[in-house]
Amino acid sequence: MAVKLNVQAANKEAVSRIQSAVPVIKGIGIAKDIVPGMKKNLILHAGPPITWARMSGPMRGAVMGALIYEGLAKNAAEAEQVAASKAIEYAPWHEHNGVGPMAGVATASMPVWIVENKTHGNRAYCTLNEGLGKVLRFGAYSDEVITRLNWMRDVLGPVLRETLEIKGEINLKTLIAQALQMGDEVHNRNRAGTSLLFRELAPALLDSKAPAADKKRVLEFINGNDHFFLNLSMPAAKAILQSAEWIEGSTILTVMCRNGTDFGIRVAGLKDRWFTGPAQQVKGLLFPGFSEADCNPDIGDSAITETCGLGGFSMAAAPAIVKFVGGAAGDALNYTQKMYEITETESTTFQIPSLDFRGSPTGINLLKVCETGILPQINTGIAHKQPAIGQVGAGLVNPPMKCFEDALEAYVETYLP
Amino acid sequence: MSSLKTLFREEVKVFNVGIPSFADDLKRQNVPVAHVEWRPPAGGNKRVIELLDRIKLWQADCQSPAKS
Repeated sequence: MAVKLNVQAANKEAVSRIQSAVPVIKGIGIAKDIVPGMKKNLILHAGPPITWARMSGPMRGAVMGALIYEGLAKNAAEAEQVAASKAIEYAPWHEHNGVGPMAGVATASMPVWIVENKTHGNRAYCTLNEGLGKVLRFGAYSDEVITRLNWMRDVLGPVLRETLEIKGEINLKTLIAQALQMGDEVHNRNRAGTSLLFRELAPALLDSKAPAADKKRVLEFINGNDHFFLNLSMPAAKAILQSAEWIEGSTILTVMCRNGTDFGIRVAGLKDRWFTGPAQQVKGLLFPGFSEADCNPDIGDSAITETCGLGGFSMAAAPAIVKFVGGAAGDALNYTQKMYEITETESTTFQIPSLDFRGSPTGINLLKVCETGILPQINTGIAHKQPAIGQVGAGLVNPPMKCFEDALEAYVETYLP
Repeated sequence: MSSLKTLFREEVKVFNVGIPSFADDLKRQNVPVAHVEWRPPAGGNKRVIELLDRIKLWQADCQSPAKS
């Protein structure tokens, strides 16, 4: 017997919570101390649940690197054995209130940002961005990668932690809104966001008790990495969407993510359930020397930005991004305009100058995706399909329709049995 | 019949609905064409249409006044 409820009202409640959420940086902590359920032998990863046997190359590489970093393996060969053993457990970041870009691998001793939604009190977590080149999130695990991760744990994390204690909380909602006015979409373009964050942090950082050499290196590290803000725009989006995570009857999406093998979505009215389909190949611009045959399928939790109406949904705010992901400036406008067809409302905070300050498309509605056949537009980095190589380009991708069809089936089974 | 004669004497104005390649062919021949992006509901997937219809009926029922 079908329950009586008003889907439109449920969706209105979901987008109302999304609109009213205010994510702020509360501080930095060590994952094992603050991430719910975190423990020494647990590896958190991007995307829906996956086993070692089904993991793609970059995800495997990142897991191996994390095991070496944690001292659970001495080298790559041993890491591969440990990773495949029962000693190690795997879980999606999304099941532990967090997100991770690309492979998204996080372990117990890594420093993580603490982002809190001031309106509803929920918290989201994310590791600190390593920069570009050979980095763990793209599956690299060389000595260079591990040395940088050690420095991030021993210097970057503590210096930023003290900085935030001096500075106090930083409002990410206003930073993201401002970054959109300055040509970012805060997924693949974070140059403005990183610059704005730098301005927020620098004065307090100079007041910290850290050695001068550490302060200088931390500032240089942030300044030298245009993507530093990504690991804040992502947990900010997560913290916003968490507030709509269980609303009976709602068809609004709260998660889109990929693990390099599967694409997964979650829906506000279908509590804690995953709907998956095969991760798709990304079409875009490749770095010199690489071809499509080198590319891993779509990977990372960064599609949380699109789920929140940012990233590919706000590409009209960031025409310069087409130089990175391919296409023409007019395409960026078209992608955003198309997304209004499948969303419930327009953001009251995130505005797009080139669309006369129209609010970004907000609240992806499962029913509208299924009815129109229009799939969410995602822009993303591309990882090499082999472990240990890293990023090979960036481009555009859509989810598989199967996720949405399966979610629709489950919705009808749940509410109209 | 007379309207048909008029049609072929005037410049042809084309609106293309659905498949974009039809519009592309005309553009290549310098024929002015406005393309309207359209696809069948749910991409023509009968199962998805059936599920969406069930939800619409359910919602209509939920919002109708209670029957005594």
